[in-house]
Amino acid sequence: MGKVTSNRSGPVAYINARLLDPATGLDTKGALVTEGGLIADFGPRLFADTPPASVDVVDCEGLCLMPGLVDMRVQLREPGEEHKETIETASAAASAGGVTAMACLPNTDPVLDDVAGIEFIARRAREVKATKVFCYAAATRRLGGTELTEMGLLAETGAVAFTDGLRGIADARVMQRALSYAKTFDLLLVQHPEEPSLAADGAMNAGEMSMRLGLRGIPAVAEVIMIERDLRLVEATGGRYHAAHVSTGAAVDAMRRAKARGLPVTCDTAPPYFTLNETAIGDYRTFAKISPPLRTEEDRVAVLEGLADGTIDAIASDHSPHDQDSKRVPFAQAENGIVGLETLLPLSLALYHNGHVPLLDVLRKLSATPADILRLPLGRLTKGAAADLVLLDLDRPGRIDVDAFRSKSKNSPFENMPVQGQVRRTIVEGRTLFEAD
Amino acid sequence: MNAPPKASQTAFRHRNLLGIADLSADDISLILDLSDAYAQTNRERRKKSDLLDGRTVINLFFENSTRTRTSFELAARRLSADVINMTVETSSIKKGETLLDTAITLNAMHPDVLVVRHPESGAVKLLSEKVNCAVINGGDGAHEHPTQALLDAVTIRRRKGRLQGLTVAICGDIQHSRVARSNIYLLQTMGARVRVVAPPTLMPPQVERLGVEAFWDMEKGLADCDIVMMLRLQTERMQGSYVPSIREYFRFFGLDYHKLSVAKPDALIMHPGPMNRGVEIDSEVADDFGRSAIQEQVEMGVAVRMACLDLLTRNLAEADAA
Repeated sequence: MGKVTSNRSGPVAYINARLLDPATGLDTKGALVTEGGLIADFGPRLFADTPPASVDVVDCEGLCLMPGLVDMRVQLREPGEEHKETIETASAAASAGGVTAMACLPNTDPVLDDVAGIEFIARRAREVKATKVFCYAAATRRLGGTELTEMGLLAETGAVAFTDGLRGIADARVMQRALSYAKTFDLLLVQHPEEPSLAADGAMNAGEMSMRLGLRGIPAVAEVIMIERDLRLVEATGGRYHAAHVSTGAAVDAMRRAKARGLPVTCDTAPPYFTLNETAIGDYRTFAKISPPLRTEEDRVAVLEGLADGTIDAIASDHSPHDQDSKRVPFAQAENGIVGLETLLPLSLALYHNGHVPLLDVLRKLSATPADILRLPLGRLTKGAAADLVLLDLDRPGRIDVDAFRSKSKNSPFENMPVQGQVRRTIVEGRTLFEAD
Repeated sequence: MNAPPKASQTAFRHRNLLGIADLSADDISLILDLSDAYAQTNRERRKKSDLLDGRTVINLFFENSTRTRTSFELAARRLSADVINMTVETSSIKKGETLLDTAITLNAMHPDVLVVRHPESGAVKLLSEKVNCAVINGGDGAHEHPTQALLDAVTIRRRKGRLQGLTVAICGDIQHSRVARSNIYLLQTMGARVRVVAPPTLMPPQVERLGVEAFWDMEKGLADCDIVMMLRLQTERMQGSYVPSIREYFRFFGLDYHKLSVAKPDALIMHPGPMNRGVEIDSEVADDFGRSAIQEQVEMGVAVRMACLDLLTRNLAEADAA
């Protein structure tokens, strides 16, 4: 593969590519040229002869060239827990994973619930100058679940949507007001759908596994109860609503019915929920402890079906870095979460390789659709748009190598899992941020 | 000193005793046979052997328990081990850090056996991965309490002559009970039929998947059973959170002669202790020497723990030799 050696701001031609644009359904051999950080042109006949000598050339050797991934749910741990992750290390992980834009949760320390917090993230992202970083703001002050944040001002500053992160907005009246007030500015509320009174003190899915392990369970109904309540509130208020990381068959059904009724609602899931079930916990493996918890095999299959029939709109990494001290403790005391930026694409590609979801549908759930949900002009091949691209070797086999992760944290239950598909190069605004060995 | 009782020739191929779920029927029989032998020597004038002379046993308890700790301590002393008791107060947040730090610290002192009790399920296994000695689970959260199930089994076998084919009703707070889980695994492995009796709030979800029969009605659950095993109900669960009141619990789930009348006439009554008299068991029933095996359970506790220490240190001896 040719290297970009000089003249970085000048035009670069990516030739011999399989161009994929999931937003339009484009899947063709061709070339793409970037200039000044933008996509200057692309198509099957571009450089059909030879590119002009003034252009740097990257020979893609038939690999897939597609829009960079838009990851709509990550935790950056900055500010406050920089020993677990920083914007810089998360960006390195994102680039290695083919993610060119990510939206971070507000559950930092301090909580991102004021204008200064949003500005801090934006400034740090500018300094790091790598992955595009967008920011959710808290829906309620200090994630306390009672007082609304300054949604209008926060949105003006750049907050893309509002969420209480890992906490569900439990109080029905607060949720009703948040949905209503957000309508003033046409803003999106993202819910962690879990009824906290049912989930309290729970460490894993309630069922046979939790019984055998003697761990407190979180019943599956905790998810659908919150979603069904929220859907009623959406219907009553007309607010915009997105359910994060749907994990149960009942919740998928509820979303499917709501969409059939024409409600303006969306949802996502994360790779653990369609890759693993609760048995991954085995003998108290804390790396498989996440929120919502891994569910039963029936739930996993229902999530797959939801992805296949379009009920589940998007796939997010749910990147949740944790250091050893947070995980090497008795199961009930361990933190929830899995690092996900570097496994998002290979685990999602299993949906295609296993024949569950067509390739362009998988990629759209990772790029154009999450961008649309957050109303970001990203995740598609468009002339004149930012050149945020990924070069993907779709079929290349490999194993997930946790030691090679760029993320500061290594909490992944996917260590050594065989996968197919490898990111060869990640480009943000024309600059190559990652290139595989 | 007495010569240690001989176990059958079958080897016990486990480094640790973390749970009954890890044991085969042969493993269990081996422990029970050896426990029986120790029970005999424990009734003699000279109870001590030098089997564990030079060995160090540490009782590491992250949860208060006078009974179990004393039982392990006595067992180790009767085998001439040096015994150290550590009770670690567990503050709410820093528990986990303390656990592995403690494990690493103790490991550096080269103990031969660690007996560990911890309020969190899985904590003893986690600790066992960080130490080089044998680890006995003295009870972890709501997961397992293997020596309790073993001492219950020895007691039953001595009274009934067998485990195979018996019907055992385990009654009370099944949901939060490590004793219930270990007993269910052991009794089923040994061919007994197990019933569990509890109100739905104290019954774990999908308990039938363990192969037990579940009852909410105590009289149906006790009908024609050979063994009635009562569990302790924690005080904090009695007042409205899981059951409405002590009075109501005792009325419907407390063991008294009336409810017991549907069991077999010679049904044996057991309780892991400490009992809440008037909550899960009527005093008259608990103190009925003809039917209650509660004191014998305590006696067998020492014998079973001697057997476990004996078997696990035999493996250490092999490791020393190698």
